[in-house]
Amino acid sequence: MSETSAGLHRPQEFESVLSGSETSVANFEPERRTALQHAQQFLHSSPAAVPLIVLVASLVIFGAIIGGRFFSAFSMTLILQQVAIVGIVGAAQTLVILTAGIDLSVGAIMVLSSVVMGQFTFRYGLPPALSVLCGFAVGALCGYINGVLVSVMKLPPFIVTLGTWQIFLATNFLYSANETIRSQEIGAQAPLLQFFGETFKIGNAVFTYGVIAMVLLVALLWYVLNHTAWGRHLHAIGDDPEAAKLSGVRVRPMLVTVYVLSGLICALAGWCLIGRIGSVSPTAGQFANIESITAVVIGGISLFGGRGSILGMLFGALIVGVFSLGLRLIGTDPQWTYLLIGALIILAVAIDQWIRKVAA
Amino acid sequence: MSQILHETGVKPLLSARGLVKRYGRVTALDHADFDLYPGEILAVIGDNGAGKSSLIKAISGATIPDEGEIRLGDQVVNFKSPMEARDAGIETVYQNLALSPALSIADNMFLGREIRKPGVLGQWFRMLDRSAMERQARAKLTELGLMTIQNIGQAVETLSGGQRQGVAVARAAAFGSRVVIMDEPTAALGVKESRRVLELIQDVKKRGLPIVLISHNMPHVFEVADRIHIHRLGRRLCVVDPKQISMSDAVALMTGATQPPTDALAA
Ligand SMILES: Nc1ncnc2c1ncn2[C@@H]1O[C@H](COP(=O)(O)OP(=O)(O)OP(=O)(O)O)[C@@H](O)[C@H]1O
Ligand SMILES: [Mg+2]
Repeated sequence: MSETSAGLHRPQEFESVLSGSETSVANFEPERRTALQHAQQFLHSSPAAVPLIVLVASLVIFGAIIGGRFFSAFSMTLILQQVAIVGIVGAAQTLVILTAGIDLSVGAIMVLSSVVMGQFTFRYGLPPALSVLCGFAVGALCGYINGVLVSVMKLPPFIVTLGTWQIFLATNFLYSANETIRSQEIGAQAPLLQFFGETFKIGNAVFTYGVIAMVLLVALLWYVLNHTAWGRHLHAIGDDPEAAKLSGVRVRPMLVTVYVLSGLICALAGWCLIGRIGSVSPTAGQFANIESITAVVIGGISLFGGRGSILGMLFGALIVGVFSLGLRLIGTDPQWTYLLIGALIILAVAIDQWIRKVAA
Repeated sequence: MSQILHETGVKPLLSARGLVKRYGRVTALDHADFDLYPGEILAVIGDNGAGKSSLIKAISGATIPDEGEIRLGDQVVNFKSPMEARDAGIETVYQNLALSPALSIADNMFLGREIRKPGVLGQWFRMLDRSAMERQARAKLTELGLMTIQNIGQAVETLSGGQRQGVAVARAAAFGSRVVIMDEPTAALGVKESRRVLELIQDVKKRGLPIVLISHNMPHVFEVADRIHIHRLGRRLCVVDPKQISMSDAVALMTGATQPPTDALAA
């Protein structure tokens, strides 16, 4: 290690011409782009744009066909009320899907938590507030089980949650003995359980606390995902877990946290579910998992992880809400809703694939 | 062909003894030793699959060796994650670059060491200071002369392979405080860009940091290295002085065509 080696540090023969060449390296000057490439670039950097455009377009189209009956404060807020639960469960689903996972057990966790909230109050006589806490604890526990199986046992999320979906749902039926707690009973003895179903009016607009909860939850998660290190790490994990680990992200604990958080959010959805239907029913919310995945996919969040905005999920849920109400007001067969939503799902995934090509 | 002996008293900054790493029936590291001295450029060469990447992954906390001991300075270290090695000042450019494609250049450079806004926003709301990170990322990339950035907020996946490699190299060079390790940093680079990275390696050395350079490019290795660690079949075969050995002799050792003289076996 002597300084005499300095003489050796000479560029190689063929590199001598470099002194005459341009000195800038790896320039980022963008080449000329077509309008289509510009659009692709724009959609790549603003993932919630497509669902927002579709949402606005569907509002305009249904408004033009149906008129004032659709474009009223009442109808608009009715849509919000109808999507509140899907929106909340969809928020949980968004977190999991951003990590390149999937959670098929969200609906089961939601129902199980709501049943725990109800049964703990009415079977064991716990104060409703404590029962609600127990419901959240059960949601968190379910999420923890998913999280450990996915991140520590390294099992595929689809398989894990396919299993726990059945397990949580069966637990729900076994524990509740298939018993429904009636709305009047809850209203009389434990109104706290129906809190998120309570409404207030601003003019003709009718809001439930469930709607407020959904909006606040999505806003909070949007902030966390985009403006905190935790959110960036979540995207990095979904993007490329190996790279995330090598560049200093604690992948395993993060994944467990994400599934626990998903479970907690599902418990919140379970609480809102009681408000929405009034009663505590072990058979409610059967399709929440499929509906939440639909909202996420239509919302432009990539099932491959790492890309997409939670706002897109909210727009996705609203699109479904607008279609259902719009088509109902027109008076068509409700199957048309499913048909159109099905087409939208496929379209959304096709657009996602196209946008991802910007990388190539 | 002789090895380089360090004057007594100079201790290695980073060293490893008897590292073993097995993947099922494959032994990637078979009692490998390693020594990096202060302020030097150490090249590591070896055939494909010789275990070079496995060696630096063990040293940088990316994998945990089954056996063996690693020392940083006077202390025995047991890194359980790349984060811990980074906190100890060891910065690594991995062969696969370890960048998150969908995140921006700035987000990637600061992944795992984000800057938060000052005051209540950062303290309580954990808000990232995007503009500070973008400013520093741009400053670091330009200061290193590595590239002129058009849009520091653009996703890494929209960059070419060479540009990505540039970002990874710049990240390591900018944040390394004790050791910088580069696993084939010029593999995807053009002639001009490779030259910049070689200059960058010299710059880092001038800052007093030792560098580990893994490369298959013999002219580059012989140009910049102070010592060459030859890796073969999962272990260090010998360490040679590039001023006293020819490229073809080094290649002969690396491929097993010749055996090292006994005096070169220990470094
Ligand atoms: N994660 C892993 N799982 C299984 N085997 C592995 C793994 N990583 C490395 N190996 C094996 O260990 C051996 C050494 O690999 P390593 O990547 O360290 O070689 P290398 O010297 O870096 O090669 P190259 O020059 O091609 O980069 C190879 O036989 C490889 O197949
Ligand atoms: Mg390698």
